[in-house]
Amino acid sequence: MNILQKHIHALLEKDQRLDGRKFDELRKDISIECGISPKSAEGSARVKFGNTEVVAGVKFEVITPYPDQPDKGTIMAGVELLPLSSPDFESGPPSIKAVELARAVVDRGLRESGAIDFKGLCIKKEEKAWAVIIDVYSMNDEGNLADAIGLCALAALKDAKLPKYDEKNDKILYEERTTKGLSLKELPIPITVVKIKDKILVDPTLDEESTADSRLTVTTLEDGRVCALQKGGKEPLTNEDVDKMIEISIKKGKELRKILEKSVKEK
Amino acid sequence: MGELLIKDKDIVIPGQELATGMDFLPATGTYRDSDKIIATQLGSVSINGRLIKIIPLNGRYIPKRGDTVIGKIKDMNFSNWFVDIGYANDAVLSSKEISVDYIERGTDISQYYDLGDLIVAKIYNVSKQKLIDLTMRGPGLRKLSEGRIIKVSSVKVPRVIGKEGSMISMVKELTNCKIMVGQNGLIWINGENGTNELVAVEAIEMIAEKTQTSNLTEKVKEFLEKRMQGMKENVQEKA
Amino acid sequence: MYKKRPDGRKFDEIREIEAKVGIIRRADGSAMFRIGKTIALAAVYGPRELYPKFLQDPSRGILRCNYNMMSFSGSGERVRPGGSRRSKEISMITENSLNPVLDLSEYPGAVVDVFVEILQSDAGTRCAGICAAALALADAGFPMKDLVSAVSVGRIEDKLVVDLDKEEEDYEVEGEVADIPVAMMPKTGKITLLQMDGICSKEQLLKVLEIAKEACNKIYDVQKKALMEKYQI
Repeated sequence: MNILQKHIHALLEKDQRLDGRKFDELRKDISIECGISPKSAEGSARVKFGNTEVVAGVKFEVITPYPDQPDKGTIMAGVELLPLSSPDFESGPPSIKAVELARAVVDRGLRESGAIDFKGLCIKKEEKAWAVIIDVYSMNDEGNLADAIGLCALAALKDAKLPKYDEKNDKILYEERTTKGLSLKELPIPITVVKIKDKILVDPTLDEESTADSRLTVTTLEDGRVCALQKGGKEPLTNEDVDKMIEISIKKGKELRKILEKSVKEK
Repeated sequence: MGELLIKDKDIVIPGQELATGMDFLPATGTYRDSDKIIATQLGSVSINGRLIKIIPLNGRYIPKRGDTVIGKIKDMNFSNWFVDIGYANDAVLSSKEISVDYIERGTDISQYYDLGDLIVAKIYNVSKQKLIDLTMRGPGLRKLSEGRIIKVSSVKVPRVIGKEGSMISMVKELTNCKIMVGQNGLIWINGENGTNELVAVEAIEMIAEKTQTSNLTEKVKEFLEKRMQGMKENVQEKA
Repeated sequence: MYKKRPDGRKFDEIREIEAKVGIIRRADGSAMFRIGKTIALAAVYGPRELYPKFLQDPSRGILRCNYNMMSFSGSGERVRPGGSRRSKEISMITENSLNPVLDLSEYPGAVVDVFVEILQSDAGTRCAGICAAALALADAGFPMKDLVSAVSVGRIEDKLVVDLDKEEEDYEVEGEVADIPVAMMPKTGKITLLQMDGICSKEQLLKVLEIAKEACNKIYDVQKKALMEKYQI
């Protein structure tokens, strides 16, 4: 065990975290800004989670619906951990960490929660439907990219407006935006909780992430139901751990949801 | 003949003209281009008689002989450790340089320093190819025990340490923390509790940010006294 | 006859510019540069270890630039992630435009990585990327002979216009649009990037260089202000 881990353990015994936060306290200075790339993206947002920063953008494409879902549109989520945001990220195709974030944090929460009205994305049954493509990029990594990414994807989707579609010529008129948004029915918010020794901490910093024995990202809805779970880390969790972690995630999820609703004004 | 185009302590950018004529001499961070002296770094001007130099405001650590640094053991072979001191190349610590005692060949050297350990070492040689040799023989050089590490830009280290160590001693005293400042910008802090350490961290970050401010020592002292007093009151309230 | 610019600018008028440094804390240096609606971000990491080893230069550090467009930054369809031949080319010309001002002899065997990301594009992205990259390098404290400023100059029919936007770039008349990105060291006017898409006479090109120099001077003022702002007390 290196000296940082020893120190974190020693402080935890005194009920202290390295940055002075309480165990169940989110970092302060969480902010959301929408419309950061308004000309090119149909929806976009920037989230600052303390000093961790991410950006996201939504693009729409027209696709042929899947044969088993002829009246539904689709969603595709991508995450890139840019080398620009940390000395630890390399150039190249998305790392396994990025893929996990895209699938487990962004995609699963949106899909399982029924947040997106896929039927509303249908243009012509069996022939044409909208595909929503959300891409999230890390801009500065100071811990807990997962929650920042989940929140940013939501904000960009809330900000999104469909472009005009010229059915006759099968052409998307990107420069002409409609006032029709995605009307998200739910706001699934991921919250990451880590376990260090026997202590449970929400919203880990970089040092806490590297010292964590295990972590659980819990995506919750307003009514407290859980719509996605992802466990990571080498050590196992007990039932009590999971219970506590879900409790915290529901509580903190509500806090973030309030911030999200305040920041994104329906245009 | 010559003319100064800027004043002492002005902030200048690369390519900016500092002086004309042959009267002035270019020192570090500047160069002469025919009859002009031009800055090559973002920094503040320091004029000393006829010498004009730039004190950089930012920059990665450049290892120098004699520097005391904090490094992390990244790798090792039979007789050497490879240490990350925040430079492009790892520094080398030979097992011959760690103590006065003779270490037999074939000894498992990880019993002395293992992967991930943090050490305070001194640079005793930097070759032209920037190969760096470290030694642990000397006063104060040791393996670090439990504590936290923060990083400041290496160019701010002199300010953080202060004249004859006065600034950092003040921080140590008023926060009751053990602090070790490496020339490479890594700083180790160990206090009696986390909140004291946080005050020390804030103070150091303040010094690093506001290097240009006058009366910085006074302002830092004020800040430290106020915060430590506030903490005492918090503790008393709780009791 | 090309008489008016779509956004009403004069022929020698560049769009509104904005620059900020130190925006990515983990990087050694960073900057945002915006010209009109084109937004470029740049971050510098280095000098640091260079892999694979055979790329190392034992006499000096090397500069390695990577230009990338975020998938939602294009002005129509989504940009396929993963780079393209275009982004590889722009990465290389960004390196070439910055190398002349850098002296990396203090860092043998090491690499200085510069990452440029385009957040929103409205033409002029490679030039915006170069402006941001130069700022990020200065912010990181690297010794530089000068900053580098860059702008795109265009010829539309018989008019020479500075800082083309996307609408002008796409002006639908065959052979009547030339797009000329230029990067230079502002103090001396020495050119570090020169490319052309289209056809021009030699006289027009010489005039283009003059126009570029004037525009780069304006850009330089904003770059300088951004660097100094970070350190004003």
